[in-house]
Amino acid sequence: MLRPRITPCLLISKGGLVKTVQFKAPKYVGDPINAVKIFNEKESDELIVLDIDATVNGAEPDFKRIADLAVECRMPLCYGGGIRTAEQVKRIVGLGVEKVAVSSAAVQNPPLISQMAREVGSQSVVIVFDVRKRAGGAVHEVWTHNGTRNTGRLLDEAVAEAESFGAGEIVVNSIDNDGQMKGYDLALAKHVRQITRLPMTVLGGAGSLDDIGRVIEACGVVGVAAGSLFVFKGTYRAVLINYPNQTVKDELVRRFTKPTVQHS
Amino acid sequence: MISVVDYGIGNIQAFLNVYKRLNIPARTATTPQALQGASKVILPGVGDFDHAMQRLDESGMRDALDALVLRDRIPVLGICVGMQMLARCSDEGARPGLGWVDGLVRGFKSLPPAASLPLPHMGWNDVLPVAGNRLFDQLDVGARFYFLHSYYFQCNRSEDSAATTTYGAAFSCAVNAGNIFGVQFHPEKSHHWGTRLLQNFAAL
Repeated sequence: MLRPRITPCLLISKGGLVKTVQFKAPKYVGDPINAVKIFNEKESDELIVLDIDATVNGAEPDFKRIADLAVECRMPLCYGGGIRTAEQVKRIVGLGVEKVAVSSAAVQNPPLISQMAREVGSQSVVIVFDVRKRAGGAVHEVWTHNGTRNTGRLLDEAVAEAESFGAGEIVVNSIDNDGQMKGYDLALAKHVRQITRLPMTVLGGAGSLDDIGRVIEACGVVGVAAGSLFVFKGTYRAVLINYPNQTVKDELVRRFTKPTVQHS
Repeated sequence: MISVVDYGIGNIQAFLNVYKRLNIPARTATTPQALQGASKVILPGVGDFDHAMQRLDESGMRDALDALVLRDRIPVLGICVGMQMLARCSDEGARPGLGWVDGLVRGFKSLPPAASLPLPHMGWNDVLPVAGNRLFDQLDVGARFYFLHSYYFQCNRSEDSAATTTYGAAFSCAVNAGNIFGVQFHPEKSHHWGTRLLQNFAAL
């Protein structure tokens, strides 16, 4: 049985690990390599690492850092931040990264996804959509540059384009829910599951393992990613890297999986 | 000495890291000369089938590999696209494969009901080995591995299938014909299960 993936999402800014709230107020939470080592020990399903400085600074991906992370990482790694060309994607995969996350470049120029997929295969091309609910409406729009620029593109259209140009996975990240730890936008997650056949990962808002369970209940076998939940502990958000062990994960998935529903 | 074939494709370092932690000697090979004296070979691979075959051809290591695997019969382990390259050919490309294992590589799109599921097949899935295969020593109960692929190996001889996984339909996620082994999943990224499998390969 293919299992839902429970994935820590780490943000890097100014060389350190940070966590944001609604994409703002980055709080320093530690050293990235040290965090990778801890998630190795905890045998996390995957790891997403996003450099949140590169695109806003117009900088290239930090290949040295990516190589360091890839060498240390004993689980599948998805890396994003500042990636704008198929050549960069190829170089990053060559460093030992399983999946490369692309956001603003792919939203601005969807055919770029095909070029990237040709270089490394669709399975390694992940498109990240940072989304916000349009004011007063029910639809979500795609934002870039750490939630500072509204592309005006509707999520539904952007997802359909990513799929048609050969993306291998999409990550849907709710800016509204980021860092709030009050649960995922389940309506959004369910909606996206219905409009695409691609593997997807839902990000933004987890405050408990049950929140993750609710996404699995709503969407079936998907990826569920979280930042704050796996780096903070307790009401005062003390920094403590944590991740459920195998038994706890299996029990969570079992509890929230409907026996009759396979892949919705 | 285990040699990991480095022809510019795949995560070579990840294998070396696993073997370093296990205190098992392993090195990379980028030339035919470097393959001399290898007692075992790992053939990694990711991405596009034709691209991987082309890079392997251009590496100049094809003849040396054929000699080691077909003449000297040292154990070889193909990983992911490296496993698919063991086949005669692939639906994904036009180039012939190595042809070391009698089979071909098909797309999940042509395998109902996998075709109705999200593709690529991505994530952790159960692996059911056939009884007694030494590559899966102590991995016969509850082992799970990380998969990331849209194509699968179809054996022409059922006895070459060493393990199966189910994604809509059951498929061969590992092959074994004599000294030749292949796994579709990524043992180098599959935590303690993957480490065990790579240790088993080293012990063959």
